[in-house]
Amino acid sequence: MSKPRVVIVGAGHAGGSAAAFLRQYGFEGPIYLVGEEPLLPYQRPPLSKAWLKGEADADSLALKPDSWYAEADVALRLGGVAVEINRGARAVTLASGESLSYDFLILATGARPRMLPIEGADLAGVLALRTAADAETLKGALGPGRRLAIIGGGYVGLEAAASARALGAEVVVIERETRVLARVACPELSQFFQRYHGEHGVTFELNAGVEAFTGTDGKVAGVKLADGRTLPCDAVLVGVGAHPNDELAQDCGLDCAGGVVVDLEARTSDPYIFAIGDVAHRPLPLYDRQFRLESVPNALEQAKQAASAIVGRAGPTPEVPWFWSDQYDLKLQIAGLPFDADRILVRGDPATASFAVFHLKGDLVQAVEAVNAPPEFMAGKMLISRRTPVSIDKLADTTISMKEVAA
Amino acid sequence: MAKITYVEHDGTEHVLDVKPGLTVMEGAVKNNVPGIDADCGGACACATCHVYVDEAWRDKTGTASAMEESMLDFAENVEPNSRLSCQIKVTDALDGLVVRMPESQH
Repeated sequence: MSKPRVVIVGAGHAGGSAAAFLRQYGFEGPIYLVGEEPLLPYQRPPLSKAWLKGEADADSLALKPDSWYAEADVALRLGGVAVEINRGARAVTLASGESLSYDFLILATGARPRMLPIEGADLAGVLALRTAADAETLKGALGPGRRLAIIGGGYVGLEAAASARALGAEVVVIERETRVLARVACPELSQFFQRYHGEHGVTFELNAGVEAFTGTDGKVAGVKLADGRTLPCDAVLVGVGAHPNDELAQDCGLDCAGGVVVDLEARTSDPYIFAIGDVAHRPLPLYDRQFRLESVPNALEQAKQAASAIVGRAGPTPEVPWFWSDQYDLKLQIAGLPFDADRILVRGDPATASFAVFHLKGDLVQAVEAVNAPPEFMAGKMLISRRTPVSIDKLADTTISMKEVAA
Repeated sequence: MAKITYVEHDGTEHVLDVKPGLTVMEGAVKNNVPGIDADCGGACACATCHVYVDEAWRDKTGTASAMEESMLDFAENVEPNSRLSCQIKVTDALDGLVVRMPESQH
């Protein structure tokens, strides 16, 4: 009997890691890794931080060195675009015409930045930040005296704002909601981050609609707001969320719901096809629902789930979803998701730039957002996974250590 | 290059040449050594690159920062020689370093 063959479509953090875990777990069959970008799998989180500031290079971003792929016998199809999945024949067709048959297929196609369908969106200098190429373009648009307008006050936007300030650029963040991080964080945290960025010279336009980008000679020169003002700029970064690349899966009839629906083995509605990372709509057993997560820990956890299922070993223990963000000297660590929370408890003082916001459902911790507060993050993560009640009085009392609170 | 020996929990050894400037964690991840997950890629944000530094090397690898200490405080199976391998920069002085891995990183 010939050895099973795995094709991985998508060579980002999830796809690249799946290939590595398969080999770590002793998978001996052929592995094909298909990626649209011309680059080997690399880490995206540093793109808006260390890389933008010139503190990281292509080598340090790479998940594995070039030589690893040959040593691990992973066949690469970089610059390869999958155009069709034939589930009956168990084969993937690439734009080049090549057909790759599979015993197991892993979809790791990720998500793409949502762009604004407004006038001027196609002007040069209107940028997104998702790939190394995007980051390179953005970096070229920054520097002393340059003006960057950021549309969207989410994590990508704020991280880029911090990096752009470090590079000496003037930065304005334009946000449709009445606060930054409106979709992903509580008001206390929004307020803190807005104030901190303000102290570092970032200006904000909140509650502001963007009507159009204006330009001269095909290059962006301003952002026209709904109130009639036009803010001059040399470049625009659009950071208003991402859309899962689930079209391939939809076209071949896999269950999709704003992402490819998978189970705890990362298996789709077709037992021979898995979906992992940003594109997957996955179960969250701790919260009793399905959700799409965009994070490196999620990509790694699901890469392990799929690789484990393929080699027939026990899957990893389900993890508490977690996220992190670095801005200036702030380390933000988030554990859990605030689903069903009925109140918020702030531990510590935001004025000291070291505090944590706990999201509680009764006396259960659902999520914690910790700013320069690793014990609160680590203990909070533990409390979330245990699903045991916590003493609210102790949690609120900073003279009691998190070790004792979590004991 | 510094020769570093990574010992898995079950005793399996991986002897690697790691370029100075990288961290002990990066040396493991780039060579696909099992047992060092390094979810956050070296941001000192997750404690999934926990290792035990061989006694003979504890002085040379330096001491943990306050941030690293507080992450380790909540990791599992922590010992006095526990470190986060993403916080140990490889230098020529670490040629011969031996680190062991805990049973699990989570």
